[in-house]
Amino acid sequence: MDIIVSDIIALGVIAFLSAIVLYFVSQKFKVEENPKIDEIEQILPGANCGACGKAGCRNFSEACVKADAESFKNLYCPVGGAATMKKVADVLGFDAAVKEETVAVLKCNGTCQNAPAKISYDAPVSCRLANLISVGQSGCPNGCLRQGDCVKACPFGALSINPETGIPQVDENKCTSCGACVKMCPRGLFEIRPKGKNGQRVYVACSNKQKGAVARKNCKVACIGCMKCTKICEQIKVENNLSYIPTTVSAQEFGAELVKNCPTGAIVMTGAEKEKIHD
Amino acid sequence: MTKTFSIGGIHPDKHKITSQTPIIDAGLPEYVYIPLKQHAGAPAKILVKKGDKVKVGTLLANADGVISSDIHSSVSGEVVKIDDVQDALGYDEQMIVIKVEGDEFEPSIDQSADIVKDITFSSEEIIQKIREAGIVGMGGAGFPTPVKTTIPEEKKVDYLIVNGIECEPWLTADDRLMVEHAEEIVIGAKILNKIFGIQNAIIAIDENKPEAIEVVRNVTRRYVGVNVRVCKTKYPQGGEKQLVTAITGREVPSGKLPIDAGCIVQNAGTVFAIYEAVMKNKPLFERIVTVSGDECAKPQNFKVRVGTPASFLIEKCGGLPDETAEVIFGGPMMGQTIINLQAPITKLTSGLLLLSEKETHRPDMMDCIRCGKCVDACPIGLRPFLIGICVRNNMIDELKNIHAMDCIECGSCAYICPARIPLLDFCKLGKIEIRKKQKGK
Repeated sequence: MDIIVSDIIALGVIAFLSAIVLYFVSQKFKVEENPKIDEIEQILPGANCGACGKAGCRNFSEACVKADAESFKNLYCPVGGAATMKKVADVLGFDAAVKEETVAVLKCNGTCQNAPAKISYDAPVSCRLANLISVGQSGCPNGCLRQGDCVKACPFGALSINPETGIPQVDENKCTSCGACVKMCPRGLFEIRPKGKNGQRVYVACSNKQKGAVARKNCKVACIGCMKCTKICEQIKVENNLSYIPTTVSAQEFGAELVKNCPTGAIVMTGAEKEKIHD
Repeated sequence: MTKTFSIGGIHPDKHKITSQTPIIDAGLPEYVYIPLKQHAGAPAKILVKKGDKVKVGTLLANADGVISSDIHSSVSGEVVKIDDVQDALGYDEQMIVIKVEGDEFEPSIDQSADIVKDITFSSEEIIQKIREAGIVGMGGAGFPTPVKTTIPEEKKVDYLIVNGIECEPWLTADDRLMVEHAEEIVIGAKILNKIFGIQNAIIAIDENKPEAIEVVRNVTRRYVGVNVRVCKTKYPQGGEKQLVTAITGREVPSGKLPIDAGCIVQNAGTVFAIYEAVMKNKPLFERIVTVSGDECAKPQNFKVRVGTPASFLIEKCGGLPDETAEVIFGGPMMGQTIINLQAPITKLTSGLLLLSEKETHRPDMMDCIRCGKCVDACPIGLRPFLIGICVRNNMIDELKNIHAMDCIECGSCAYICPARIPLLDFCKLGKIEIRKKQKGK
């Protein structure tokens, strides 16, 4: 019995002494943390995707608390969007920066129908590996490889391979424009573009830099660099046989005309009623 | 005693079915397509223009910078196009297209079959001749030979190793070259001896080439300073670093070249080209190519002009059977599957293989079972499974720490893996990612 009693007493004394030491240590080395950090972190989506340029949501909220009214305007959570940033701004008492909502678009329309496969691919299912092995099934050196690395990379499940076309499609409602697909695609086919009014946006769904005749051999809807679009809107530039429509070009103003005049159909407009275009 | 490297290695099936087939001239195609980048380093600068008449051996493009190489015409005829043409992988590459007319050589080239034995040139003259002939390492890496033979002053060459291993299955180009042109290769080794001022050339031959060993050994008895060493058959014995270890017992340090271990390794084909360049004034415009594979009707060893389309050689060997699953440039272990049959043979193409579905099929990848076979097989002593994990998770800094850059891309790990993980592809991808990151910094 004695041994048990002495043990309890010894351990009790050690515990008491340690408690006293810990109490004073915690008083001495206390870190004051702004409670707003926790509050903002609660508002953020919590995906830790890194789309804002910070390491994660906690890191982003720390940056928000540190920022002043001016530098706060540079901070933006593309996943949460304007609504989230409004809430964060309310907590801090700043004005939220107004930014247009954005979405990822695929700059390739090399579907199984438009760019039929010429070779069969018998190797690991990965775009990054397929890019090393050869030019790809369609023969286009800049086109989609159809192995779905972007689908695996998307943290929000917004991408899926369309079984009919063979190329990935973006679910506009789920896409938060975090940019994971932009980083993953070995051919850089994704671009983050503004959603546009009523979801109407116009862009060139092609990344092929070959000469027109060569590009068309592999794909029906390739951009051939014919310069027709530059005559409709001066802001559009053609470089390396490839047209690029800047995000500042209004889809309402030029969209329909651009789509109508593109001889190969490389220019695509979303959210538009088709009858209107083909009047 | 036969020698081999100390760690790793595998034993794939040899399939050397063309080792008894003599080298024959493939003849001239209608058009040749000569790429401007057939070597490591910068592409050559074009000297000719459309419509120019060229002869065999005419300089078409000259080296752009130190690490680059001259390119010569392999046929006589007219330049019809200088444009982007699809290469073997389907990507665009600038090529010079020549329409073949007759077969007229530049007058400076000695076309006689006599073997010239006396080396009367100084070492600077020899290096100059090698540079003017546009010689590159013909084992596959294509490193410009004049750069390799110019030794920095603080370094010393103890051994010259002539690489006659040819450890890739199916290929017999170097094997046949050694059997039929043994004396030229030995004289080529003597020429290199003279550059480095040594008497220590070693011709390393795999023990699965008994005919080549005998022929070359008989020739070396008549020459001082050139010896034959027989190596045990193991893949990748033909790798520079493995060969240095096998012959000298020295190890090439990480990230360094064989010269840092006092060795220079030259492929047997390159040594033959050096002989022809120095003694016969003949630029590098043709090479030996093995056309083989289980789908090939008539496997052959050809002497092929650079720029000859692959389809021309396939026709010579009885056409392309419908069952062919893959056509490969080079060997099955390190070669590239080509998707364009019009792709030209370059200075670096040692083989053209037509393989069936059975030989080439890659089953679906399964999960790693941690058996450690890839670690056993790696001849460098890396951990390929770890490289695979790091690449899949984009851990580029980690990749550098586990020495992914030392990978020689031999493919032993992917060959041995029971879970069929494409470890070789991951290693290649990892090396590209590391280089990308270094450039970005």
